[in-house]
Amino acid sequence: MIWLGIDTSNSPLAVAIVKDGQVVAEEVANIKLNHSIGAMPAIERLFERTKMKPAEIDAIAVGEGPGSYTGVRIGVTIAKTLAWTLKKPLVGISSLKLLAANAALYNGVICSIIDARRQNVYAGAYNTTAGLTSVVEDGHYSLEGLLEKLKDLNVPVMFVGHDVDLFWESILAQLGNHAVRAPFTLDLPSASQLIQLASQQELPDIEAVHSFVPQYRRLAEAEANWIKEQKGQ
Amino acid sequence: MGEFIMENRYILGIESSCDETAASIVKNGCEIVSNVVASQIESHKRFGGVVPEIASRHHVEQVTLVIEEALAQANMKPEDLDAVAVTEGPGLVGALLIGINAAKAFAFANGLPLIGVHHIAGHIYANALMQPMEFPLLALVVSGGHTELVFMKEHGSFELIGETRDDAAGEAYDKVARVLNIQYPGGPHIDRMAHESDEAVKFPRVWLEEDSYDFSFSGLKSAVINYKHNAEQRGIEVNPLHVAKGFQDSVVEVLTAKTLRAARQFNVKQVIAAGGVSANKGLRKSLEETFANEGIPFYVPPLKLCTDNAAMIAAAGTFMFEAGKRSDMAMNGRPGMELVSWHK
Ligand SMILES: [Zn+2]
Repeated sequence: MIWLGIDTSNSPLAVAIVKDGQVVAEEVANIKLNHSIGAMPAIERLFERTKMKPAEIDAIAVGEGPGSYTGVRIGVTIAKTLAWTLKKPLVGISSLKLLAANAALYNGVICSIIDARRQNVYAGAYNTTAGLTSVVEDGHYSLEGLLEKLKDLNVPVMFVGHDVDLFWESILAQLGNHAVRAPFTLDLPSASQLIQLASQQELPDIEAVHSFVPQYRRLAEAEANWIKEQKGQ
Repeated sequence: MGEFIMENRYILGIESSCDETAASIVKNGCEIVSNVVASQIESHKRFGGVVPEIASRHHVEQVTLVIEEALAQANMKPEDLDAVAVTEGPGLVGALLIGINAAKAFAFANGLPLIGVHHIAGHIYANALMQPMEFPLLALVVSGGHTELVFMKEHGSFELIGETRDDAAGEAYDKVARVLNIQYPGGPHIDRMAHESDEAVKFPRVWLEEDSYDFSFSGLKSAVINYKHNAEQRGIEVNPLHVAKGFQDSVVEVLTAKTLRAARQFNVKQVIAAGGVSANKGLRKSLEETFANEGIPFYVPPLKLCTDNAAMIAAAGTFMFEAGKRSDMAMNGRPGMELVSWHK
């Protein structure tokens, strides 16, 4: 079983090919290169280096968001087009769960954080004691609101993700010694991790690929305003 | 040449620069084999215009479906194709990126060459799908984002001789429609209203400098707004039909006159119209009559090839393919892309 994994949900780029539970080639970068410039060349390099052909892969895993709207769309568009034309199943994995999985050996609660600007975050918290079960649902939160939820858990929380540093002072101020910072080696999404998570899921029908869409976890601004207006009337 | 028959070329075109997700297969740059357009107009109506983020979200939902439909209608498989052409710019960047990344993934998976096409080159080459282009040629490009006169001395050669200095013609239509409280998209409504009216409010014609082929429509738009305000202040009822006709008369007269003067000066063999506003009945009629009198062949594609579509991208892409143009997997969306010649 050969998997191709792609995640461009946020500024890092992660791609990998995994064959029968072994990483064959993997690339990760956090160099703020536009994903439209970087993603397909990175995928092309994977196939060149492994001397594999696109048709040889059996399934595709993709980071489905949340995160940068444009970033998520680039990864999802590439993944769904490859899956559709190669007639392979496509599995989407939450980009927050993907980060949390990096710290899965930690015994307790993990919170992955992605900057959503203006003191807002995309975040999710997971408990590792029974696999990665969700304790704070993936979503778009104000930093303040998220930290209150985490404080209420009244347990140590390990924070993972390269955006955590942006909020670390506020996190410490709220959670004190319950705040645990993951080592930086766990901060970037890994496409082999993505494939590992995807391979635990049942493979969806090939036809389902057409209706595969990003999980934005947030309405477009114009839509949110429109709904507000309708309610006001 | 002549002893052997040229191989048939089949190019897949993909277009997603604004609010239509489109895919098409074109044979030899001149024959439409399939042409699929998924329009988002209904979704954007409630916002009174195209919302870029919403457009991008819809493109992701539609893109593989339209490509699949284009292949199915053509009864073809990816291996029957010679290349993939996609709109590289200009347009809404988030929207462009969906077509571009789908095109790249499709081309990569199927080992096909990739060609990035300028959207306006596409609009111009929509004409190649109807009759052979004859050079030297003059193209009037009019759409929501463009008002340009382009001179072509041969295939792939573009010389911009005039453009709008402010609003594009289609933009002026949409803004005037808003002033008259007409639902988005307003252009076709104004065109229809102008036809229903015998009377016209007299609005100015903006000619700019005597020798200029440039256009300006923002003054005309202001004149319409002022007219409405003045009338309202004096308690006079505004007849929207008369305003629509007055506005359209001014736009059409200036576009026609400048196109005619350029056609004479550059001694062209063919004049073509391109872009969404070339679907406008008033403009088509005026250009047709003018160039019939002048004795210069004038062409405008049927309506469905005037508005955004992928057949035009595949057509332009075919001529680029034959000229040896190729793009690579690092292609980015280029929202402000300039129209440059691929033949020097
Ligand atoms: Zn257009």
